[in-house]
Amino acid sequence: MVDDQRLTGLRATTSGLDQRTNDLVEALLDGDQLALARLITLVENRSQMVPAILAKVFPSTGRARLIGVTGAPGAGKSTLVDRLISGCRDGGGRVGVLAIDPSSPYTGGAILGDRVRMQKWATDPGVFIRSLATRGHLGGLSLATRDAARLLDACGYKTILIETVGTGQSEVDIMDLAHTIILVMAPGAGDEVQAQKAGILEIADILVVNKADREGANQLVGQLQAMLDLAGELAWRPPVIKTVAGTGEGIEDLLAACRAHQEWLGQSERSEQRLLERAGRELAELVGRMAAERAIEAAREAGLWEDLTAGVATRRLDPYSAAAALLAVLEVRESPDGPARPSV
Amino acid sequence: MRKIRVLVAKPGLDGHDRGAKVVARALRDAGMEVIYTGLHQTPQQVVRAAAQEDVDVVALSILSGAHMTLVPKITGGLREAGLLDVSVLVGGIIPDHDASRLCAAGVRKVFGPGSTLEAIVAATRDSVQRPLA
Repeated sequence: MVDDQRLTGLRATTSGLDQRTNDLVEALLDGDQLALARLITLVENRSQMVPAILAKVFPSTGRARLIGVTGAPGAGKSTLVDRLISGCRDGGGRVGVLAIDPSSPYTGGAILGDRVRMQKWATDPGVFIRSLATRGHLGGLSLATRDAARLLDACGYKTILIETVGTGQSEVDIMDLAHTIILVMAPGAGDEVQAQKAGILEIADILVVNKADREGANQLVGQLQAMLDLAGELAWRPPVIKTVAGTGEGIEDLLAACRAHQEWLGQSERSEQRLLERAGRELAELVGRMAAERAIEAAREAGLWEDLTAGVATRRLDPYSAAAALLAVLEVRESPDGPARPSV
Repeated sequence: MRKIRVLVAKPGLDGHDRGAKVVARALRDAGMEVIYTGLHQTPQQVVRAAAQEDVDVVALSILSGAHMTLVPKITGGLREAGLLDVSVLVGGIIPDHDASRLCAAGVRKVFGPGSTLEAIVAATRDSVQRPLA
């Protein structure tokens, strides 16, 4: 059993926040959109304030329903998200959207065009749409997406729709973020074998055959059903839903499927196990990133970083030994005896 | 890790988005994050998108002749929304005497036909008000 007192002792202090950022967080917790937008930027830019910001908003998170929308480029994700906003707004709750598009691997620039399909919501004060560039991160999301979703959650958005980049077969980051994952496909994009592959198809909670007015839609539905039949007894069998996002056809069915999945999650015993696994993966990723940043910083201070990179680049040192040397520098610096300079 | 973010928008009713797309591409190639919102934006839509996307610069393309109506609504709207550190650039068929009036209304710079992409990229970078580091 987890000891509550011990966890409280571990919590990061929020005293690291400067006055300006603290004001932004207070405004965010009051539902202010401008503060929300500015704080998402800080998270995207990986500001030093991020740990303190997250420590402060975290108690106000965990209330939103996160729905991931993923699928190949051009399958109709943005148009479908636009339709889902309508459906979720009907209940009166505020809706947040995070739309991720790729950054150029060469220039780091990006064209983020998902808003084009969601224009009409720009003036609805209950809808907040933010475009995020991947900034080199693979996996279908940007590194900042998870924390951006937490900020939306803390700001009072009851439903958060997350549109991944156009995905191939293995961009499955969304599985550690969303409660419900919708995989969008369009007819004519592949044969039966594509439907048998592991990866993105396995993580979907709802399968959508969009552009269902096109030829081949029924065949695709049939193939997906056959694939699901082969999977045997499933605790949750993903429904296959036909939609035409352009006209809104099938959206009611999709919303109903989202609700049904949500209800199932609430009763499912797997939920708790899933949460534990997610938390473990997030922590492993976070500590890896933090340790890497600190180790590199320590190595730079010790004048070791250039030597190690040059050693690996010229093949005089293998990368595993170089990495071990980096961790050793970190251990020396962070040991209780103080930051003694390691001998190089 | 800081990226310059730019909203490229086409307010008003003309459907000529080629220029806006070419500029968006050039800004992307210069390493900026460009939020492209498409055609027929109202001033209110532009202001809200600029707020939610937390952009440094709003770049407007207008070829309809309605710039004197649309642009002041956008610069005014940005001020009202508290976005005082967001700069506005305008590109299009803008007569000289209108250009100076737009600048008086809060536009940073106006680009007419024949402007080079280099000049537009440089002006975008120069008009960022928040620290780049």
